[in-house]
Amino acid sequence: MATMGKKSLRSDLGRVRGLGSAKDGTHHWWGQRVTAIALVPLTIWFVASIVGLAGAPLAALKAWVASPVVAVLLLALVVAVFQHARLGLQVVIEDYVHDEAVKIASLLAMNGAALLLGGIAALSILKLAFGG
Amino acid sequence: MAEFTLPANSKVHDGKKWPSPEGAKRTKNFKIYRWDPDTGANPRVDTYTLDLDKTAPMVLDALIKIKNETDSTLTFRRSCREGVCGSCAMNIDGTNTLACTKPIADCEGDVKIYPLPHMPVVKDLVPDLTQAYAQLRSIEPWLKSETPPPDRERLQSPEERAKLDGMWECILCFSCTTSCPSYWWNGDRYLGPAVLLQAYRWIADSRDEATGERLDNLEDPFRLYRCHTIMNCTKTCPKGLNPAKAIAEIKKLMVARK
Repeated sequence: MATMGKKSLRSDLGRVRGLGSAKDGTHHWWGQRVTAIALVPLTIWFVASIVGLAGAPLAALKAWVASPVVAVLLLALVVAVFQHARLGLQVVIEDYVHDEAVKIASLLAMNGAALLLGGIAALSILKLAFGG
Repeated sequence: MAEFTLPANSKVHDGKKWPSPEGAKRTKNFKIYRWDPDTGANPRVDTYTLDLDKTAPMVLDALIKIKNETDSTLTFRRSCREGVCGSCAMNIDGTNTLACTKPIADCEGDVKIYPLPHMPVVKDLVPDLTQAYAQLRSIEPWLKSETPPPDRERLQSPEERAKLDGMWECILCFSCTTSCPSYWWNGDRYLGPAVLLQAYRWIADSRDEATGERLDNLEDPFRLYRCHTIMNCTKTCPKGLNPAKAIAEIKKLMVARK
Protein backbone atom coordinates (compact mmCIF):
# COMPACT_ATOMS: atom_id res chain seq x y z
CA MET A 1 0.00 0.00 0.00
CA ALA A 2 1.88 3.03 1.27
CA THR A 3 5.28 2.34 -0.23
CA MET A 4 4.67 -0.82 -2.25
CA GLY A 5 5.29 0.03 -5.88
CA LYS A 6 5.25 3.72 -5.00
CA LYS A 7 6.04 5.56 -8.18
CA SER A 8 4.08 8.79 -7.74
CA LEU A 9 5.80 11.64 -5.95
CA ARG A 10 2.46 12.94 -4.68
CA SER A 11 2.42 13.51 -0.92
CA ASP A 12 0.75 10.94 1.30
CA LEU A 13 -1.79 13.50 2.53
CA GLY A 14 -2.65 14.45 -1.06
CA ARG A 15 -3.16 10.81 -1.96
CA VAL A 16 -5.31 10.12 1.11
CA ARG A 17 -7.49 13.20 0.50
CA GLY A 18 -7.82 12.02 -3.10
CA LEU A 19 -11.01 13.21 -4.78
CA GLY A 20 -12.51 14.30 -1.46
CA SER A 21 -15.61 13.06 0.26
CA ALA A 22 -18.45 11.83 -1.96
CA LYS A 23 -21.00 13.34 0.52
CA ASP A 24 -22.94 10.13 0.09
CA GLY A 25 -23.46 6.77 1.74
CA THR A 26 -25.81 7.73 4.57
CA HIS A 27 -28.89 7.09 2.44
CA HIS A 28 -27.52 3.67 1.46
CA TRP A 29 -26.69 2.77 5.08
CA TRP A 30 -30.08 3.94 6.38
CA GLY A 31 -31.94 2.16 3.57
CA GLN A 32 -30.27 -1.11 4.43
CA ARG A 33 -31.34 -0.80 8.08
CA VAL A 34 -34.90 0.26 7.29
CA THR A 35 -35.43 -2.64 4.88
CA ALA A 36 -33.89 -5.05 7.39
CA ILE A 37 -36.33 -3.94 10.09
CA ALA A 38 -39.28 -4.03 7.65
CA LEU A 39 -38.37 -7.57 6.65
CA VAL A 40 -38.76 -8.91 10.19
CA PRO A 41 -42.59 -8.59 10.46
CA LEU A 42 -43.13 -9.03 6.71
CA THR A 43 -41.21 -12.32 6.61
CA ILE A 44 -42.91 -13.68 9.74
CA TRP A 45 -46.34 -12.74 8.30
CA PHE A 46 -45.50 -14.26 4.91
CA VAL A 47 -44.18 -17.56 6.28
CA ALA A 48 -47.07 -17.88 8.75
CA SER A 49 -49.61 -17.19 5.99
CA ILE A 50 -48.09 -19.71 3.59
CA VAL A 51 -47.94 -22.35 6.35
CA GLY A 52 -51.62 -21.62 7.07
CA LEU A 53 -52.45 -22.08 3.40
CA ALA A 54 -50.59 -25.38 3.07
CA GLY A 55 -52.80 -27.93 1.34
CA ALA A 56 -55.41 -25.33 0.34
CA PRO A 57 -56.75 -25.45 -3.24
CA LEU A 58 -55.29 -23.10 -5.87
CA ALA A 59 -58.46 -21.00 -5.89
CA ALA A 60 -58.07 -20.29 -2.17
CA LEU A 61 -54.50 -19.08 -2.70
CA LYS A 62 -55.58 -16.87 -5.60
CA ALA A 63 -58.38 -15.40 -3.51
CA TRP A 64 -55.89 -14.75 -0.68
CA VAL A 65 -53.52 -12.81 -2.95
CA ALA A 66 -56.45 -10.93 -4.50
CA SER A 67 -57.29 -9.31 -1.15
CA PRO A 68 -55.97 -5.69 -1.30
CA VAL A 69 -54.30 -5.88 2.12
CA VAL A 70 -52.48 -9.10 1.22
CA ALA A 71 -51.49 -7.85 -2.24
CA VAL A 72 -49.99 -4.60 -0.83
CA LEU A 73 -48.16 -6.48 1.93
CA LEU A 74 -46.77 -8.91 -0.65
CA LEU A 75 -45.61 -5.99 -2.81
CA ALA A 76 -43.97 -4.41 0.26
CA LEU A 77 -42.22 -7.71 0.95
CA VAL A 78 -40.92 -7.92 -2.62
CA VAL A 79 -39.68 -4.32 -2.57
CA ALA A 80 -37.97 -4.79 0.82
CA VAL A 81 -36.37 -8.11 -0.17
CA PHE A 82 -34.92 -6.91 -3.44
CA GLN A 83 -33.90 -3.47 -2.19
CA HIS A 84 -32.17 -5.06 0.83
CA ALA A 85 -30.42 -7.65 -1.35
CA ARG A 86 -29.38 -5.00 -3.87
CA LEU A 87 -27.89 -2.70 -1.22
CA GLY A 88 -26.08 -5.59 0.50
CA LEU A 89 -24.64 -7.12 -2.67
CA GLN A 90 -23.48 -3.67 -3.81
CA VAL A 91 -21.31 -3.43 -0.68
CA VAL A 92 -19.91 -6.94 -1.23
CA ILE A 93 -18.93 -6.09 -4.81
CA GLU A 94 -17.38 -2.75 -3.79
CA ASP A 95 -15.44 -4.50 -1.02
CA TYR A 96 -13.91 -7.30 -3.04
CA VAL A 97 -13.86 -6.35 -6.74
CA HIS A 98 -11.05 -3.89 -7.34
CA ASP A 99 -10.79 -3.95 -11.12
CA GLU A 100 -12.80 -0.85 -12.10
CA ALA A 101 -14.29 -2.32 -15.30
CA VAL A 102 -15.25 -5.62 -13.65
CA LYS A 103 -16.69 -3.71 -10.70
CA ILE A 104 -18.95 -1.51 -12.83
CA ALA A 105 -20.06 -4.50 -14.93
CA SER A 106 -20.82 -6.53 -11.77
CA LEU A 107 -22.78 -3.67 -10.20
CA LEU A 108 -24.84 -3.14 -13.37
CA ALA A 109 -25.52 -6.89 -13.75
CA MET A 110 -26.48 -7.25 -10.07
CA ASN A 111 -28.78 -4.21 -10.12
CA GLY A 112 -30.31 -5.36 -13.40
CA ALA A 113 -30.98 -8.84 -12.01
CA ALA A 114 -32.56 -7.38 -8.85
CA LEU A 115 -34.77 -5.07 -10.91
CA LEU A 116 -35.86 -7.84 -13.30
CA LEU A 117 -36.55 -10.44 -10.61
CA GLY A 118 -38.30 -7.88 -8.41
CA GLY A 119 -40.34 -6.69 -11.40
CA ILE A 120 -41.41 -10.22 -12.27
CA ALA A 121 -42.42 -10.89 -8.66
CA ALA A 122 -44.34 -7.61 -8.38
CA LEU A 123 -46.13 -8.09 -11.69
CA SER A 124 -47.12 -11.65 -10.71
CA ILE A 125 -48.71 -10.33 -7.51
CA LEU A 126 -50.53 -7.57 -9.39
CA LYS A 127 -51.79 -10.04 -11.99
CA LEU A 128 -53.30 -12.22 -9.28
CA ALA A 129 -54.59 -9.16 -7.40
CA PHE A 130 -56.42 -7.95 -10.48
CA GLY A 131 -57.90 -11.42 -11.03
CA GLY A 132 -55.44 -12.80 -13.60
CA MET B 1 -10.01 -8.96 -6.26
CA ALA B 2 -9.43 -9.70 -2.63
CA GLU B 3 -6.10 -11.34 -1.97
CA PHE B 4 -6.41 -14.92 -0.77
CA THR B 5 -2.75 -15.92 -1.15
CA LEU B 6 0.45 -14.01 -0.60
CA PRO B 7 2.44 -12.83 -3.63
CA ALA B 8 5.31 -15.23 -4.48
CA ASN B 9 7.97 -12.95 -3.00
CA SER B 10 5.98 -12.58 0.27
CA LYS B 11 5.55 -16.30 0.98
CA VAL B 12 7.00 -17.05 4.40
CA HIS B 13 9.63 -19.82 4.58
CA ASP B 14 11.09 -21.67 7.57
CA GLY B 15 14.11 -19.80 8.89
CA LYS B 16 17.00 -20.37 11.21
CA LYS B 17 16.60 -22.34 14.42
CA TRP B 18 18.84 -20.78 17.03
CA PRO B 19 20.38 -23.10 19.67
CA SER B 20 18.68 -23.55 23.05
CA PRO B 21 20.34 -21.95 26.06
CA GLU B 22 22.40 -24.48 28.03
CA GLY B 23 21.12 -25.73 31.38
CA ALA B 24 17.71 -24.11 31.05
CA LYS B 25 14.90 -25.72 33.07
CA ARG B 26 11.92 -23.78 31.65
CA THR B 27 12.22 -22.86 27.98
CA LYS B 28 9.89 -21.23 25.48
CA ASN B 29 10.18 -21.03 21.68
CA PHE B 30 9.69 -17.69 19.97
CA LYS B 31 8.87 -17.95 16.27
CA ILE B 32 9.54 -14.54 14.79
CA TYR B 33 8.89 -13.16 11.31
CA ARG B 34 12.06 -11.92 9.66
CA TRP B 35 12.45 -9.99 6.44
CA ASP B 36 15.42 -7.97 5.28
CA PRO B 37 14.84 -5.64 2.32
CA ASP B 38 18.57 -5.67 1.50
CA THR B 39 18.85 -9.39 0.71
CA GLY B 40 15.88 -9.68 -1.64
CA ALA B 41 15.10 -13.08 -0.06
CA ASN B 42 11.61 -14.17 0.96
CA PRO B 43 10.46 -13.58 4.53
CA ARG B 44 11.26 -16.40 6.97
CA VAL B 45 10.30 -17.40 10.49
CA ASP B 46 13.27 -17.79 12.84
CA THR B 47 12.94 -19.83 16.03
CA TYR B 48 14.63 -18.60 19.21
CA THR B 49 14.55 -20.56 22.47
CA LEU B 50 14.73 -18.59 25.71
CA ASP B 51 15.29 -19.63 29.31
CA LEU B 52 12.16 -18.29 31.02
CA ASP B 53 13.97 -18.22 34.37
CA LYS B 54 16.31 -15.61 32.90
CA THR B 55 13.70 -13.64 30.93
CA ALA B 56 11.51 -10.80 32.22
CA PRO B 57 7.73 -11.41 31.94
CA MET B 58 6.59 -9.51 28.83
CA VAL B 59 6.96 -10.41 25.16
CA LEU B 60 8.90 -7.17 24.62
CA ASP B 61 11.38 -8.29 27.29
CA ALA B 62 11.93 -11.48 25.29
CA LEU B 63 12.48 -9.53 22.06
CA ILE B 64 15.00 -7.22 23.75
CA LYS B 65 16.78 -10.22 25.30
CA ILE B 66 17.05 -11.88 21.88
CA LYS B 67 18.37 -8.68 20.31
CA ASN B 68 20.89 -8.12 23.12
CA GLU B 69 22.14 -11.66 23.59
CA THR B 70 21.37 -13.80 20.54
CA ASP B 71 20.72 -11.95 17.30
CA SER B 72 21.39 -8.22 17.08
CA THR B 73 19.87 -8.06 13.57
CA LEU B 74 16.32 -8.58 14.92
CA THR B 75 14.50 -5.32 14.19
CA PHE B 76 11.45 -3.92 16.00
CA ARG B 77 10.10 -0.63 17.33
CA ARG B 78 9.81 0.00 21.05
CA SER B 79 10.07 2.94 23.36
CA CYS B 80 8.13 3.36 26.61
CA ARG B 81 7.77 -0.33 27.61
CA GLU B 82 4.54 0.48 29.50
CA GLY B 83 1.73 0.66 26.93
CA VAL B 84 1.71 4.42 26.46
CA CYS B 85 3.69 5.09 23.29
CA GLY B 86 2.17 2.52 20.92
CA SER B 87 5.50 1.76 19.22
CA CYS B 88 5.69 -2.00 19.85
CA ALA B 89 2.31 -2.93 18.32
CA MET B 90 2.68 -6.27 16.54
CA ASN B 91 0.80 -9.52 15.94
CA ILE B 92 1.50 -11.86 18.86
CA ASP B 93 -0.15 -15.27 19.05
CA GLY B 94 -2.53 -14.26 16.25
CA THR B 95 -3.72 -11.04 17.86
CA ASN B 96 -2.56 -7.47 17.35
CA THR B 97 -1.36 -6.08 20.65
CA LEU B 98 1.49 -4.29 22.39
CA ALA B 99 4.54 -6.49 23.05
CA CYS B 100 5.27 -4.51 26.23
CA THR B 101 1.94 -5.26 27.91
CA LYS B 102 1.52 -8.84 26.64
CA PRO B 103 2.74 -11.39 29.21
CA ILE B 104 4.69 -14.31 27.76
CA ALA B 105 2.68 -16.53 30.14
CA ASP B 106 -0.51 -15.64 28.23
CA CYS B 107 0.80 -17.41 25.12
CA GLU B 108 0.15 -21.14 24.98
CA GLY B 109 2.88 -23.17 23.27
CA ASP B 110 5.29 -21.33 20.98
CA VAL B 111 5.03 -17.54 20.86
CA LYS B 112 4.43 -16.52 17.24
CA ILE B 113 5.32 -12.91 16.46
CA TYR B 114 4.55 -11.15 13.17
CA PRO B 115 4.37 -7.50 12.12
CA LEU B 116 0.95 -5.76 12.06
CA PRO B 117 -1.04 -7.48 9.27
CA HIS B 118 -1.46 -6.25 5.72
CA MET B 119 0.86 -3.26 5.96
CA PRO B 120 4.05 -2.97 3.92
CA VAL B 121 7.00 -4.24 5.98
CA VAL B 122 10.05 -2.01 6.39
CA LYS B 123 12.09 -4.74 8.09
CA ASP B 124 11.27 -7.69 10.38
CA LEU B 125 8.57 -6.49 12.82
CA VAL B 126 8.53 -2.87 11.61
CA PRO B 127 5.47 -2.01 9.48
CA ASP B 128 5.23 1.06 7.26
CA LEU B 129 2.45 3.19 8.79
CA THR B 130 2.92 6.16 6.44
CA GLN B 131 -0.55 5.85 4.97
CA ALA B 132 -2.27 5.47 8.35
CA TYR B 133 -0.50 8.60 9.64
CA ALA B 134 -1.56 10.53 6.53
CA GLN B 135 -5.14 9.36 7.10
CA LEU B 136 -4.96 10.60 10.68
CA ARG B 137 -3.77 14.00 9.43
CA SER B 138 -6.64 14.08 6.91
CA ILE B 139 -9.23 14.22 9.69
CA GLU B 140 -7.44 17.25 11.19
CA PRO B 141 -7.09 15.97 14.76
CA TRP B 142 -6.90 19.33 16.49
CA LEU B 143 -9.38 21.76 18.05
CA LYS B 144 -11.01 24.01 15.48
CA SER B 145 -12.75 27.11 16.78
CA GLU B 146 -13.61 30.50 15.33
CA THR B 147 -14.67 32.04 18.62
CA PRO B 148 -11.73 34.12 19.85
CA PRO B 149 -9.86 32.27 22.59
CA PRO B 150 -10.84 33.30 26.13
CA ASP B 151 -8.24 34.68 28.52
CA ARG B 152 -8.03 31.30 30.21
CA GLU B 153 -8.88 27.72 29.18
CA ARG B 154 -11.84 26.90 26.94
CA LEU B 155 -14.23 25.57 29.55
CA GLN B 156 -16.11 22.28 29.44
CA SER B 157 -18.64 20.93 31.91
CA PRO B 158 -17.68 17.65 33.62
CA GLU B 159 -20.44 15.96 31.55
CA GLU B 160 -19.00 17.34 28.29
CA ARG B 161 -15.54 16.27 29.30
CA ALA B 162 -16.82 12.77 30.13
CA LYS B 163 -17.83 12.32 26.47
CA LEU B 164 -14.14 12.15 25.57
CA ASP B 165 -13.48 9.22 27.89
CA GLY B 166 -12.67 6.07 25.96
CA MET B 167 -11.14 8.15 23.16
CA TRP B 168 -8.39 10.32 24.61
CA GLU B 169 -6.74 7.12 25.87
CA CYS B 170 -5.99 5.96 22.30
CA ILE B 171 -2.24 5.76 21.76
CA LEU B 172 -2.45 5.37 17.96
CA CYS B 173 -0.71 1.99 17.82
CA PHE B 174 -2.97 1.02 14.86
CA SER B 175 -3.56 -2.50 16.24
CA CYS B 176 -7.27 -1.98 15.50
CA THR B 177 -6.88 -0.59 12.00
CA THR B 178 -4.56 -3.42 10.93
CA SER B 179 -6.93 -6.04 12.40
CA CYS B 180 -9.84 -4.83 10.25
CA PRO B 181 -10.56 -6.93 7.12
CA SER B 182 -12.33 -3.97 5.57
CA TYR B 183 -9.12 -1.94 6.00
CA TRP B 184 -7.10 -4.82 4.51
CA TRP B 185 -9.21 -4.80 1.32
CA ASN B 186 -9.88 -1.07 0.99
CA GLY B 187 -7.32 0.68 3.20
CA ASP B 188 -6.48 3.13 0.44
CA ARG B 189 -9.92 4.73 0.82
CA TYR B 190 -11.39 3.47 4.12
CA LEU B 191 -9.98 5.46 7.05
CA GLY B 192 -9.98 2.51 9.47
CA PRO B 193 -11.04 2.32 13.13
CA ALA B 194 -8.11 4.17 14.74
CA VAL B 195 -8.56 7.24 12.55
CA LEU B 196 -12.37 7.17 12.83
CA LEU B 197 -12.09 6.95 16.64
CA GLN B 198 -9.90 10.07 16.52
CA ALA B 199 -12.37 11.74 14.16
CA TYR B 200 -15.17 11.13 16.66
CA ARG B 201 -12.95 12.34 19.52
CA TRP B 202 -13.05 15.82 17.89
CA ILE B 203 -16.69 15.57 16.79
CA ALA B 204 -17.66 14.80 20.40
CA ASP B 205 -15.56 17.65 21.84
CA SER B 206 -17.90 20.41 23.07
CA ARG B 207 -15.20 23.03 22.45
CA ASP B 208 -14.83 22.20 18.77
CA GLU B 209 -16.85 24.29 16.31
CA ALA B 210 -16.22 22.31 13.11
CA THR B 211 -18.55 19.35 13.76
CA GLY B 212 -20.52 19.78 10.52
CA GLU B 213 -17.39 20.21 8.44
CA ARG B 214 -15.89 17.11 10.07
CA LEU B 215 -19.03 15.08 9.27
CA ASP B 216 -18.97 16.41 5.69
CA ASN B 217 -15.45 15.08 5.24
CA LEU B 218 -16.39 11.65 6.57
CA GLU B 219 -19.67 11.19 4.69
CA ASP B 220 -18.39 8.87 2.04
CA PRO B 221 -19.17 5.27 1.03
CA PHE B 222 -15.49 4.36 1.57
CA ARG B 223 -14.04 6.71 4.19
CA LEU B 224 -16.71 5.85 6.80
CA TYR B 225 -19.17 3.31 5.46
CA ARG B 226 -16.66 0.52 4.71
CA CYS B 227 -17.08 -0.24 8.42
CA HIS B 228 -19.28 -3.34 8.50
CA THR B 229 -19.28 -3.66 12.30
CA ILE B 230 -16.92 -6.64 12.20
CA MET B 231 -15.69 -5.57 15.68
CA ASN B 232 -12.12 -6.91 15.32
CA CYS B 233 -11.02 -3.40 16.29
CA THR B 234 -12.73 -3.51 19.67
CA LYS B 235 -11.67 -7.09 20.29
CA THR B 236 -7.99 -6.43 19.65
CA CYS B 237 -7.51 -2.96 21.22
CA PRO B 238 -4.68 -3.34 23.77
CA LYS B 239 -6.04 -0.35 25.69
CA GLY B 240 -9.55 -1.81 25.97
CA LEU B 241 -11.17 0.96 23.90
CA ASN B 242 -14.17 0.59 21.60
CA PRO B 243 -13.54 2.08 18.14
CA ALA B 244 -16.61 0.27 16.76
CA LYS B 245 -18.85 2.27 19.11
CA ALA B 246 -17.22 5.55 18.05
CA ILE B 247 -17.88 4.66 14.40
CA ALA B 248 -21.51 3.81 15.23
CA GLU B 249 -21.87 7.22 16.92
CA ILE B 250 -20.59 8.93 13.76
CA LYS B 251 -23.11 6.98 11.65
CA LYS B 252 -25.90 8.02 14.02
CA LEU B 253 -24.92 11.70 13.68
CA MET B 254 -24.95 11.33 9.88
CA VAL B 255 -28.60 10.24 10.07
CA ALA B 256 -29.47 12.81 12.75
CA ARG B 257 -28.49 15.73 10.50
CA LYS B 258 -30.49 14.51 7.48
